[in-house]
Amino acid sequence: MTGNAAKSLSVYPVTSAEEATGESILAVIVDNEPGVLARVVSLISARGYNIESLTVAETDVEKHRSRITIVTRGTPSKIEQIKAQLGRLVPVRRVIDVTKETDAIERELALVKITGRGETRVEAMRLAEIFRARAIDTTHNSFVFEVTGAREKINAFIDLMRPLGLTEISRTGVLSIRRGPESD
Amino acid sequence: MTAQRANKEEAAGTPAPAITKAGAELLLDALEEQGVEVIFGYPGGAVLPIYDAIFARDKIRHVLVRHEQGAVHAAEGYARSTGKPGVVLVTSGPGATNAVTGLADALLDSIPLVCITGQVARKLIGTDAFQECDTIGITRACTKHNYLVPSAEKLSTIVHEAFHVATHGRPGPVLLDIPKDVQFEEAPYVSRDQAVMRDCITTPAINDRQISQAVDLIRRARRPVFYTGGGMINAGKAACDALRALARETGVPVTSTLMGLGAFPASDPLWLGMLGMHGSFEANSAMHDCDLMIAIGARFDDRVTGRLDAFSPGSRKIHIDIDPSSINKNVQVDLSIVGDAGAVTAAILSEWRASVKENPVDSGRLALWRAQIDQWRAKKSFSFETSKEVIKPQHAIQRLFELTRGRDVYITTEVGQHQMWAAQHFHFDDPNRWLTSGGLGTMGYGLPAAVGVQVAHPNALVIDIAGDASVQMTMQEMSTAVQHDLPIKIFILNNAYLGMVRQWQELLHGGRYSHSYSESLPDFVKLAEAYGGVGMRATTPAELDEKIKAMIDCPKPVLFDCVVTQEENVFPMIPSGAAHNEMLLGGKVTGDEIGAEGRKLV
Repeated sequence: MTGNAAKSLSVYPVTSAEEATGESILAVIVDNEPGVLARVVSLISARGYNIESLTVAETDVEKHRSRITIVTRGTPSKIEQIKAQLGRLVPVRRVIDVTKETDAIERELALVKITGRGETRVEAMRLAEIFRARAIDTTHNSFVFEVTGAREKINAFIDLMRPLGLTEISRTGVLSIRRGPESD
Repeated sequence: MTAQRANKEEAAGTPAPAITKAGAELLLDALEEQGVEVIFGYPGGAVLPIYDAIFARDKIRHVLVRHEQGAVHAAEGYARSTGKPGVVLVTSGPGATNAVTGLADALLDSIPLVCITGQVARKLIGTDAFQECDTIGITRACTKHNYLVPSAEKLSTIVHEAFHVATHGRPGPVLLDIPKDVQFEEAPYVSRDQAVMRDCITTPAINDRQISQAVDLIRRARRPVFYTGGGMINAGKAACDALRALARETGVPVTSTLMGLGAFPASDPLWLGMLGMHGSFEANSAMHDCDLMIAIGARFDDRVTGRLDAFSPGSRKIHIDIDPSSINKNVQVDLSIVGDAGAVTAAILSEWRASVKENPVDSGRLALWRAQIDQWRAKKSFSFETSKEVIKPQHAIQRLFELTRGRDVYITTEVGQHQMWAAQHFHFDDPNRWLTSGGLGTMGYGLPAAVGVQVAHPNALVIDIAGDASVQMTMQEMSTAVQHDLPIKIFILNNAYLGMVRQWQELLHGGRYSHSYSESLPDFVKLAEAYGGVGMRATTPAELDEKIKAMIDCPKPVLFDCVVTQEENVFPMIPSGAAHNEMLLGGKVTGDEIGAEGRKLV
C-alpha cells in the first residue's frame, strides 16, 4: 500500500487498530408512547449492537417519561455510535452513558427458586443469609429467594445455589442511578 | 392535550361549542396550512373518507399514480427539486407495503416526505382484517419517524409535528397511519401555532471556537480539498452560494458525492468532478493525497471511501454534518462540527474573511497542489473511445448535455451504468437539478421522480436518463405522465443488459453473465404509443442529434430508445477493497484486479 507509507498527520491512526471492548450502561430517557421500546430495540438489533440486559419502566407519570437502562458491550467508538443513533429517535429525550459520564450505582434484583429437602435446604438458607437474600415464598420442599445487588453478587449467589437445587431464575436486568445530590 | 386547551378556551371565552370536523377534513386543513400544493396518491378502502374530502376541495392538487412506489418516488422528485416536503397518500395493507421501497429510498437519501397511509378501523387492528398490515412495524426501520394516529383529536397536532420532523435536522420520510374510523371521527382543528409539539430535532448553535479552528486548519493547509454531499443540497441554494464563495476565496478545490452534484458548478476551474467508485481520477487522487479534507453534508459512504484503512491516510479531517450519528461512523475525524451545512459554511466564510483581513494568506501557498491536480486532470479519466458505427452511451449523454444547454433542465436517473455515465458526462451548475437514488440504489426511481419534478416545474425540460432494465421497474408511471400532461422525456440507454450487473460479472465473476441479459425487451417505441406518448429510436451516431432535438421539442411524454454498444464498462473504477489511488482507468481489464477480499466487499 503506497498510502500507508506516508506519515499520518491526523491524530487518529489510519490503520484500524483493534480497540478494547468494554461494557457500558446507557440510560435512555424516552417519551412513554406506544412502540417506543420497539423503536429502541429494533434500532439496536438492526445495527448489530449487543444487548446484555435491558429494563424499562415509566419513571415520570406526569411527563410520560420512561427510563430504559441498556447494558451493552463494544469499543468506545461503537458505544459513541450507539448513543448517537439512539439520540436520533424522535421519542428519545436523552442518552446518558452512566458508566462513563457519571459515578453511578448499579443494582439488579433476582428471584431464585431452590427445591430440595434436608441438608441442601439448610445450606441454601444459610448462604441466603450471607447474601442478605430474603425468602419470599416457602414450602416444605422449596424456597424463592429475592436478592438484590450488583451483577457480580447475583452471579455469585446463583453459582453457589446451583448445586443446592436451583431450578429457576428470574432477573430484572441492571438499574442504575448517579451517586450524590445531582441527577441526570 | 389539545382538547384540554380547547376546553379551557371555551370555558374562558365564548360559550359556543368548538367547531368540530371529521378527521379527513382535519387532515386536509392541516396539509393546507402546511402549504402543501400537491399530493401523490392512490385511493383504496382505508382512505376513502380522505378521498371524499379531497373531492370537495380544489386547493391541493392530487396526482394519481399507477403504483404506490411511484407515488413515493414522485414525491421525492417533487421534494428534491423544490426543497419542500413531498406528500404521499396511499391506502392500508398493500398500499403501505408498496410504498416501503420509496420510503427506504427517501430515508437513505435524506429526502423530506410525509406519507399518509390508511389503516383499518381501530377496533379491527390486530384481527388480520382485510387489507390490514402492521404498517407502523413494517415502516419503523425505513422512516425517520412514524405515528399511528390514535384519535381525530390528536390528528392535526400530529400532522404539524410530522412536517416538523420531516424537514428539520437531517430530513427524511415520516409516516402517519390513520385508522379509517379516525377519518370519520369529529374533533376540533388545532392550527400549526397552537399545536403542542415536542422539542424534538434541535440543531446545536454554532460554536465559534470550532469555526476558528476550522479556519486555522484551512489557513495552514497546503493540499486542502472540499468534499461535499447531499447535505449541501438539502441545506438550500444559499448554502451552496456560501460554499462557492468559500471555495473561491480560499482557493480550495471541490469534489462532490453522487448526491451532492450541483452544489458547486461543474464549469468552475476549482471543480474536480464526482469522487468515489466511478469518480474522476483527479477527485479521488486529491482525496487520497490531501493534507486537509473538509467534508460538508457527506457521510463517508463505502462507495466514496473505498478501502477504509487506506482512505486519505495523510490528512486531517473536518466533518460538518447536521446528524451527530454520521460523525466518526465510518471514518474518525479530527474536528467535527454538528450543524446545518449552510449555516456552518457561512460562519466559516465570514471567519475566513475576518482572518484574511487581519493576516493575509500567501496566494501562492496552493500553487504546488494546483499543479499536481492539473497533472491528474490531464489523464482525462472520463474519456472513452468514440465510434462512427454505434452509439457509445457516454457519447449519447454528452450530446444530450450539449443539446440541452440554455434550457431549464432537470435530470433524474435510474440506477446502474447509465446513472454513472450521466453523473460523469452531464454537468450541473446549480443545485436541485440532479435527482438520483444514491443510498438505496433503487432501480425504477427515475421515471416517477421525473413525474414529480415535472409536476413542480411544468415548463421545465425534465429528462429521466434510464437503462433498459431499470425503466421497466416503474414503466407504468408513463400512464401517469400521459394522464396529467407531464411531458417528461425518458432517455433509455438501451444495451439490452443489466449493464452494471454485467460489468461486475465481467470483472468479478469470470465473465459468466448469469441472468443479466435482457431477453424479450419490449419495443419501446410501440410501448410509448400504447401509453399515448411518443416513441423514438436512435441506432446510429449520425441520427442521434436530430432525434434528441425532436425529443426536446416534443410536447408529450417521450420514450427515447437510444440503442448503444452492449459491452461498454463504466470507467474509471476503484475496485472493491482498493484505495483511492488504485483506480482502474479503463481499457482492457482482465478481472485479476479485484482480490478475493474485495469480492466479498461488493
